[in-house]
Amino acid sequence: MVRIATLPKPPGFAPGDATAPPEPPSDQPGRGEPGSPRRPGVQYGSTNSDLAFSGNHLFVGNYNGINFYDIDNPAKTKLRTSLVCPGGQGDVSVYGRLLFMSAEAMNGRTDCGTQGIPLPPGYKPPPPPKPDPAAPPGARPPRQPPPPNPDRFRGVRIFDISDLTRPRQVAAVQSCRGSHTHTLVVDPNDKENVYIYISGTGPVRQAEELSNCSGGDPSTNPDTALFRIDIIKVPLAHPEQAKIVSSPRIFSDEKTGVMNGLWKGGTHGEGTQTTSLTDKCHDITVYSAIGLAAGACSGNGILLDISDPKNPKRIDAVSDPNYAFWHSANFSNDGTKVLFTDEWGGGAQPRCRESDPMHWGADAIFTLDKGKLTLASYYKMPAAQTDTENCVAHNGSLVPIPGRDVLVQAWYQGGISIVDFTDAAHPFEIAYFDRGPIDAAKRGMGGQWSTYWYNGHIYGAEIARGVDVFKLVPNQFLTQNEIDAAGQVHFDELNVQNQPKIAWPSNFIVARAYVDQLNRSGALTAQRIAALTAVMADRRSAGQLQSLAAGLEKDAPAAKPADGQRMRALASILRSYSK
Amino acid sequence: MAIRAVSTVFLSLSVVLAFGQPAKPSAVRAGKRAPIVQPGAPGKAAKTLPAAAVAARVRVPAEADVGFMQGMIHHHAQAVEMVDLLRTRGQRKDLLAFGERITISQSDEIQFMKQWLEERGRPVAPAHNHAGHMAAGMPLMPGMLTAEQMSALAKAKGAEFDRLFLTGMIQHHIGALVMVDELFDTPGAGQDPVLYDFATDIDNTQRAEIGIMRGMLKESR
Repeated sequence: MVRIATLPKPPGFAPGDATAPPEPPSDQPGRGEPGSPRRPGVQYGSTNSDLAFSGNHLFVGNYNGINFYDIDNPAKTKLRTSLVCPGGQGDVSVYGRLLFMSAEAMNGRTDCGTQGIPLPPGYKPPPPPKPDPAAPPGARPPRQPPPPNPDRFRGVRIFDISDLTRPRQVAAVQSCRGSHTHTLVVDPNDKENVYIYISGTGPVRQAEELSNCSGGDPSTNPDTALFRIDIIKVPLAHPEQAKIVSSPRIFSDEKTGVMNGLWKGGTHGEGTQTTSLTDKCHDITVYSAIGLAAGACSGNGILLDISDPKNPKRIDAVSDPNYAFWHSANFSNDGTKVLFTDEWGGGAQPRCRESDPMHWGADAIFTLDKGKLTLASYYKMPAAQTDTENCVAHNGSLVPIPGRDVLVQAWYQGGISIVDFTDAAHPFEIAYFDRGPIDAAKRGMGGQWSTYWYNGHIYGAEIARGVDVFKLVPNQFLTQNEIDAAGQVHFDELNVQNQPKIAWPSNFIVARAYVDQLNRSGALTAQRIAALTAVMADRRSAGQLQSLAAGLEKDAPAAKPADGQRMRALASILRSYSK
Repeated sequence: MAIRAVSTVFLSLSVVLAFGQPAKPSAVRAGKRAPIVQPGAPGKAAKTLPAAAVAARVRVPAEADVGFMQGMIHHHAQAVEMVDLLRTRGQRKDLLAFGERITISQSDEIQFMKQWLEERGRPVAPAHNHAGHMAAGMPLMPGMLTAEQMSALAKAKGAEFDRLFLTGMIQHHIGALVMVDELFDTPGAGQDPVLYDFATDIDNTQRAEIGIMRGMLKESR
């Protein structure tokens, strides 16, 4: 793959201007601290995060807002609008004129202000409580929580982007844990509404700030905001009326009904990973074409039936002794595989060093059959990274090469690895991009957060360096015909966690990709490859096409499954030309 | 490796391309800078901001944020010290492997916290603690083992060490959860999103490690 453009982060998002006065600290009412603070060292600006696409526009989430880019000509990608609105990692989705954004951190405000939540003037914090001498070691009495603030926003924001140069906030839906990520869900049977699944991973807010919020253990608090996801219904004609309509407890035990029915902590056995408790999802990928969603939920990977989007039902759950934190998921296009990621270390730590196990912080590839997930293999980017590069499995999307399951995946400062997982048991890297650490001398937070394929190009949200645009080039694992066939797929909109079904046109561009694959795998003899190539070049007659198609159909059942499918797909294209 | 050899060519090509086409923002020269819009609260008007007003400024960190990072470095350092003892005095193999994992994560996090403080121009230990001697003079953070507990640990061996290590590390980790709770309960603190992510991750990891250690403790009874 080749990088064709990089756009550094724009003003408001770029590394700090050393001449600008620093913001006052958020715990000081009014004036800043006495004395002048030392000038901060190296900064990379505010963190770029997830991506969404609509038409010729790219939306890049950031801890400080969202940047809109024009991608009519991807090599000359241009900044269109910067939207300033802080509040955490700023996961983005787009649907028509609506742009959705997650806010989870403590500095988010309903009015998109950058000042955070200052204390009321004259506020004096209550003295910390006296320690209880009878308390066990390590325990401390709870402190008085900070004053609630009606301006704080943690949840999902909805912007109207009918005018791309003047986005307006139309709704701000608050939730108890805020929104770390969210997933757009479009119900094929409901044209009036869309749904948003909120995955919140942070501390639960106090009821004084948002009513009906309380945390704590499910055995003592049946209303705890832990152990659930929240679902927003967005009426498309009136997005300002968007609100949470259900908070399903998708981790409940089927038999006893207790809400903490999945991974409760503890060990998988000697030499295994430390797996987080399942009291939240980190991210959910829905695949409406097959009515399922895959939840990456902290201590488990789960499968949900979403035929009723307001009431997702868990149909399977898996745990894994090598997994620390179930982070995200992608389905294969045919829905027979799910690739999960493990964000071991949380993303800021180097976890791709030579000393780090290849099964840890890796992808886990599961086969999916009749609603059951079965582990087939692990995949981790093969090149060892240095100690100054934060690196672990992160977000990716399918590259629509017909006949193969290929994912372009971000690994933070590990760069980008494109993995072929057509054979679920034997995934392998087919291309990569790695430009090295942002600072070889010391650790810094950088690298690719998300890398997604969209209409012929790959876009990367580089945390520190800005937005990258790539194109694929052929190598021994990838032909130009396969790249051209992927280029035949066009989306009007792309939110990767609302996974679209890919359909390829029935044409010779796509057919040539299959021929290359059958050649590479050795499934067809050189003679037959030559005959197929020739018939598509110019000397085709209906009879020739039909006879080649018939030959492929006859041999398909005996071939390896992936080759058999390619042969059937190729035969079908040849037949379509013979009519 | 063959894969790397093939792709290296493309990598160097990409560098050439990137340098060969420097980003020349012609729109900027024409005076057509992309607008910087700050939407208002729902239903309220949006503002267009001048670029100078939004130069990403570094927020002076809240004192509680700085205290949290400095305190957690101190806190984590003790865990590393405890695993050092485990290497020579412990008995259980599974505990040793688990201890090594604690060391890796806590050492990495110490580096991360030092970096965070350095980037904000703050010392890795509070100012009153001269010469950066962490253990000396700095009050114990929640859950940290007292000097007596540490010396009992350093004297123990075999099964007794393992028991003291597990009870001690559980106590230690519970203290980290307390520190995270206290951070978010301190008015004005925890608003730096980088620190927010880090603190929630600590909570996540240490909670899971406590679960494992409680299991090990039960087995050994």
